[in-house]
Amino acid sequence: MRHRRKGERLVALALLGFLLFNYPLLSLFSTDGSVVGVPLLYAYLFLSWGLLIGLMALVVRKS
Amino acid sequence: MLNAPIILAVSFAYLGLLFAIAYYGDKRADAGRSIVARPSVYALSLAVYATSWTYYGSVGRAVDSGVGFLPIYLGPTLMFALGWVVLRKIIRISKANRITTIADFVASRYGKSTLLGGLVTVIAVIGIVPYISLQLKAISNTFNILLEYPAIVSPAELDPGSLFTDTGLYVALVLAAFTILFGTRKLDATERHEGMVAAIAFESVVKLVAFLCVGLFVTFGMFGGFGDLFGNAAAVPDASKLFTLGGSDTDYGTLFWLTVLSMLAIVLLPRQFHITVVENVDERHLSKAIWLFPLYLLLINLFVLPIALGGLVSFDGRDVNPDTFVLALPMAEGQQALALFAYVGGVSASTGMVIVESIALSTMVSNNLVMPALLRGRARVTASHDLRRLILGIRRVTIVAVLLLGFVYFRAAGEATALVSIGLVSFAAVAQFGPALLGGIFWKEGNRNGALAGLTAGFLLWTYTLLLPSFAHSGWLPESFLQQGPLGIELLRPEQLFGLTGLDHVSHAMFWTMLANVGLYVGVSLFTRQSAAEHGQAALFVDVLREPGVGSRFWRGTASVEALESLLARFLGAERAREAVAGHAGAHGRRSADGMQADPELVHHVETLLAGSIGAASARVMIASVVEEEPLGIEEVMGILDETSQVIAYSRELERKSHELEAASAELRAANRRLRELDRLKDDFVSTVTHELRTPLTSMRAFAEILLENPDLPQPQRDRFLHIVVEEIERLTRLINQVLDLSKIESGRAEWDIAEVDLAEVVEESATATAQLLEDRKAKLQVRLPKELPSVPADRDRVKQVMLNLLSNAAKFCDDERGRVAVELAVEDGGVRVDVRDNGPGIDPEDQELIFDRFRQGGQTMTERPAGTGLGLPISREIIRQLGGELWVESAPGEGSTFSFVLPRAGAIEEEG
Repeated sequence: MRHRRKGERLVALALLGFLLFNYPLLSLFSTDGSVVGVPLLYAYLFLSWGLLIGLMALVVRKS
Repeated sequence: MLNAPIILAVSFAYLGLLFAIAYYGDKRADAGRSIVARPSVYALSLAVYATSWTYYGSVGRAVDSGVGFLPIYLGPTLMFALGWVVLRKIIRISKANRITTIADFVASRYGKSTLLGGLVTVIAVIGIVPYISLQLKAISNTFNILLEYPAIVSPAELDPGSLFTDTGLYVALVLAAFTILFGTRKLDATERHEGMVAAIAFESVVKLVAFLCVGLFVTFGMFGGFGDLFGNAAAVPDASKLFTLGGSDTDYGTLFWLTVLSMLAIVLLPRQFHITVVENVDERHLSKAIWLFPLYLLLINLFVLPIALGGLVSFDGRDVNPDTFVLALPMAEGQQALALFAYVGGVSASTGMVIVESIALSTMVSNNLVMPALLRGRARVTASHDLRRLILGIRRVTIVAVLLLGFVYFRAAGEATALVSIGLVSFAAVAQFGPALLGGIFWKEGNRNGALAGLTAGFLLWTYTLLLPSFAHSGWLPESFLQQGPLGIELLRPEQLFGLTGLDHVSHAMFWTMLANVGLYVGVSLFTRQSAAEHGQAALFVDVLREPGVGSRFWRGTASVEALESLLARFLGAERAREAVAGHAGAHGRRSADGMQADPELVHHVETLLAGSIGAASARVMIASVVEEEPLGIEEVMGILDETSQVIAYSRELERKSHELEAASAELRAANRRLRELDRLKDDFVSTVTHELRTPLTSMRAFAEILLENPDLPQPQRDRFLHIVVEEIERLTRLINQVLDLSKIESGRAEWDIAEVDLAEVVEESATATAQLLEDRKAKLQVRLPKELPSVPADRDRVKQVMLNLLSNAAKFCDDERGRVAVELAVEDGGVRVDVRDNGPGIDPEDQELIFDRFRQGGQTMTERPAGTGLGLPISREIIRQLGGELWVESAPGEGSTFSFVLPRAGAIEEEG
């Protein structure tokens, strides 16, 4: 049961990741802005990637 | 500092260190104290994914396409999020079936098909050789670039020299030697190489640290941090266009397809399968790797763009190949030590990939191509007693062959294609395994025909849309093949197949190959049937997380334990074979396995062990050679599957049984209630009987005492008293006799003397016997008999007893003044009926059944002295009942009573009974 729950949570995260890293969400950040000097697109990709990994670690450890 | 001897020394020192680590790892493994059995080492070894293609190629790709390099690492992150569902299942299946390569996995899933295993192997070798070639090229090129220091040359400017002065050749040979030493040290059923894994994990650390060092140097040494770097880059048009998607030549479709492609590759690349699945020590390690491995990928990509931008800014206008920026930037800045370290990092990225990939490929080739061929050909070599040397030999030769093939490809292909595109071509090749493998673990209906059709179509399209164009780019095929299509047919242009445009060549190929592959896999599976063996394997794979270890059920046949052991000995050595067989016997609670017929579990166990050494399909063939197998028909497999429905049927049966039991127990409860009732009745009866006995006893005692105490009582009075005593004694005797009689009849112990009885005769006799009694009561008796009366089967004396009882009752209860008693016989359906009528006071309707109870008598028994024992009617009714008839009364107060009984005729009894 716990295994199944963990699996389901991780699958949900995979879907979230797929959304975050693809059109159309990605296109929202493909602009000229920057975050502390880093182009917005890169800042967004690395931050959301890091966030996703953090969530995955959380799910793995919690369940 | 950067001269040939030092670079060579560092290179060999690094390889020596790897060697030492691998050796130590193997030693520890042999001693049973593994250094790789921890999740972090597992996660690090997974980073073999990051090859020189990542190390150097990512920067090159970033220069071309901006974020286009990232999906290659985002995909694996997503796949690892799915890892708990997908990878865990693959690991579980592989461990249960001793699967050691991806070819084995696919072959095993589809009924241990040799054909499929061979096809997967061929695709893997053709797809991966360019990729291996890429690694060799990276090492040899970076070595040569480093030698040119302080000049920074492009790989294209390097003179490869003659065949024997080519660094690549020696790199290939050194790596082959290393791989053979640690990858084919022994033949093990689990195919695990702990020393090698330790070395790979170490390499992962080295390449990460090296890349981070270069990245930090570029960002903070050459520039003043990220802000400064990006600020400077914004001024360079080539660099600033990479900031957004629009500027670079990457579109969303490409990002999507690259994500999908890399998601598949992280599972399907032979080296990834080997590290993730085969070298997995403990399934639980996957848990940590799920986030640790993506984290590693994030870190190694953190500085890709800064290095790319740094290179673009500092080499602006100079012809430096972006694929070499990682090395060229420290060199340009005069950082010799850092450049050397960067070179070592690149070497580690390349060697790790080459070692694992060639081990995986050699296992595949030996298990799925060479062994089946040898076994099929029944060559003499397979008759040898110890095949371990043969198999290891095959693997060693394969490793050398694969590396040399890589070298040849790299000599021939030259500098035409960039690192990244070679890598993607390989990815697309292994992605063809996706439908068969992933479909195979989640979809039971997927079958061998579908997998074959899908794989073949996918592979052919991959060849046409990716491999041939890459040949064309290398000049092996005319350019016109790409521009005008084969034979000038535009519709068939390999990179715009059927006129499809708007996709880059990898996305284009992925679309067509996946369309054909998935379409045929699903379509053919749906329209063709699975064989019996396949059906079993499919269920085994798909349901692996549900019920472990039911494989042996799909086997039937006979084999001696001895034959199995000697077969095993040829691949594992005599000692291990004996251990394995004895261990199995021990585990199943048998003392010795000698001379026994092998049970299906043992055969399955041996086959699994063999599969670890020579692959599932070959193991199947070997087992078949010593086992007299009875082919398992589809009906039988269906039968096995039908067991489920049988179980359901059984449970229904059980349910029915329990209902029956409930009914039975209800009956029992009822019976018990009746018994209790009877018990209570018996108690009542006993107490009534004793009461009835006491009455005459009391009166006898009273008269006896009078006689005793008054000796001078006059004689007439004395006689009267004595007479009463005698009368009471008679009554008592009668009572006791009747009680005994009744209990005898009721318990069925009475003896019946059944004969044909003429009832008219019995009635007349009874009338005569009671004539005196009736005369005493001054009653008149009237007997009416029909002329023809059939006889009935009965006990004459008992019937007479009933008649006497009824007549004496009638005499007792008939009218005191003008008493009349009538007896009438009549023939009825099925019997003869007797009515005894009196003109007495009649019986209240509520008393009509009571009078048949024991000791119940009509009238006010409390006030009047009882006229009988109270047992006559119960006995009469019981007698008639025993004779198969019925006795009842019809009466109304003041109108007399009619007691009637019917005795059935002979035929009627038989009919009823």
